Amino acid sequence: MTVLDATATSVRDDIAAGRLSAADATRAALDRIASVNGALNAFNLVDADRALGRAREIDRRRAAGDTLGPLAGVPIALKDNMDVRGMLTTASSRILRDFLPPFDATVTRRLEAAGAIIVGKTNCDEFAMGSSNENSAFGPVHNPWALDRIPGGSSGGSAAAVAARCVPLALGSDTGGSIRQPAACCGVVGLKPTYGRVSRYGLLAFASSLDQIGPFARTVADAALALSVLAGADPCDATTANEPVPDFAPALTGTVDDIRIGVPRAFVTEGVDDQVRRAYEGALDTLRGAGATLVDIDLPHAKYAVPVYYLVCTAEASSNLARYDGVKYGYRSSGANDSLKEMYSRTRDEGFGPEVKRRIMLGTYVLSAGYYDAFYLKALQVRTLLRRDYDQAFERVDVVAMPTMPTPPFRLGEKASDPLQMYLGDIFTVSANLAGLPGISIPCGFSTEGLPIGFQLMGRMFDEATLLRVADAYERATDWHMRAPAL
Amino acid sequence: MPTTLTIADVERIAALAQLELTGEEKELFTKQLADILHYAEQVQAIDTSGVPATAYVNISQRMEREDEPRPSLPTDEAIANAPDAAPEGGLFRVPRVIGG
Repeated sequence: MTVLDATATSVRDDIAAGRLSAADATRAALDRIASVNGALNAFNLVDADRALGRAREIDRRRAAGDTLGPLAGVPIALKDNMDVRGMLTTASSRILRDFLPPFDATVTRRLEAAGAIIVGKTNCDEFAMGSSNENSAFGPVHNPWALDRIPGGSSGGSAAAVAARCVPLALGSDTGGSIRQPAACCGVVGLKPTYGRVSRYGLLAFASSLDQIGPFARTVADAALALSVLAGADPCDATTANEPVPDFAPALTGTVDDIRIGVPRAFVTEGVDDQVRRAYEGALDTLRGAGATLVDIDLPHAKYAVPVYYLVCTAEASSNLARYDGVKYGYRSSGANDSLKEMYSRTRDEGFGPEVKRRIMLGTYVLSAGYYDAFYLKALQVRTLLRRDYDQAFERVDVVAMPTMPTPPFRLGEKASDPLQMYLGDIFTVSANLAGLPGISIPCGFSTEGLPIGFQLMGRMFDEATLLRVADAYERATDWHMRAPAL
Repeated sequence: MPTTLTIADVERIAALAQLELTGEEKELFTKQLADILHYAEQVQAIDTSGVPATAYVNISQRMEREDEPRPSLPTDEAIANAPDAAPEGGLFRVPRVIGG
């Protein structure tokens, strides 16, 4: 096994014990990126000098006998919508292609304080809007398991980078499934923490009541390690919660005898691919075999989650993206700008891609006079009903299990011309964001064509410990996570 | 009321959103937005009488601090990314706002 196949935990341990240098671990990651990124297009930017400089600093500190952080020397990639001072943040958009952030995101500060080595920024759907990574201004990411397939979106580059053994850890952001769905498509672990668990300071805002940052990893234990570093209240993000942050590692006991798993059978029906359904049922059987109890639950409003989500997220996006106007940063139209208003509208038409414009238009419409009550306010009320469904379910169960997406990853271009069809594929992921719940996707099988299939678990707010425990117990009983794509 | 959209509706929304759409974009969005809105209309059939809106999921906590001045972004860094800045004055420069 090479350092590229190793988990973040074992890379960290090997570096701490002097069996591996941080510089060698970083060089291995950089070499791997150089050899596969031409096929994958997973990275928007790689900063080898900065990464190697920081890795050598870790090696110096170890040689000097300093105490090292919990991610010391571990290479990590960040989705290109999070700020690292001195490194471009583009959000895969033409409108921000030259933006050099003047500060670090809180997650950047936390990762680097823990010793992690940021190697670069990953490709994504423009402003994190999409489920296929086809909305990037820099071209789509290709799925490492089948290059003609989507890697999922919007954090497709981060998922592909972890699956392709470029890095053992990467960060994504999840507004309606943008960590969990690409994790499912690429056969890796993707964790969306509870709303308020991880600071969004320095994350480009898409939909502020839904956005959450979380890790991609190849094992649940690595995701737990990353969450322990990322989580916690932040004075720079007033939506972060003053909840205690446990060390999640001790929660991974391998035991699920006391766990009750909610199974929303009526919801997991229509439009679910047969192979996905079989993999889902198989995962439930495995957990029952490990000692968990399956409990049928009803989520009567879950079927409305997609329309509610697209009404809420576009409304918030139309407001958040008003700041991109060609004045303070980013692209400005070079055409004849005879007035401020003309400059605004030309800059935004030339700078934003089609999906971003579509969502700004939709959000502007549902917030406009005459439509606000019928669409936006109504969606917020149904959001309350959906939350109540989950509150009631969690009185009887500890986690809720669903597929992550209704189909295996589809072909690039297959749904690109039909936005509504693309949105419908988000049916199983958007609920967690609307209700603020933590969710995780873990590998649970492969289609006959060799494409990864994901299994999703959702938990109570701020109970990532139980979520991770169940996911880890499943991982111990299976070996899907050990498979690597042939690249 | 089934949602119907005309090119004029799309032009009105585009103006509100400060987007100068091409003729092709206007036609495409007229159809696509109508499809999406028609699909989203299903929420209007749900009985939500007396149901409060959820805009945020955990707003019960308070994030307050003493009102003390703290360092902020220096002006030169704040304008460093501007496509057209006047660094000597510490200003962003924009096209004419009113008049001619």
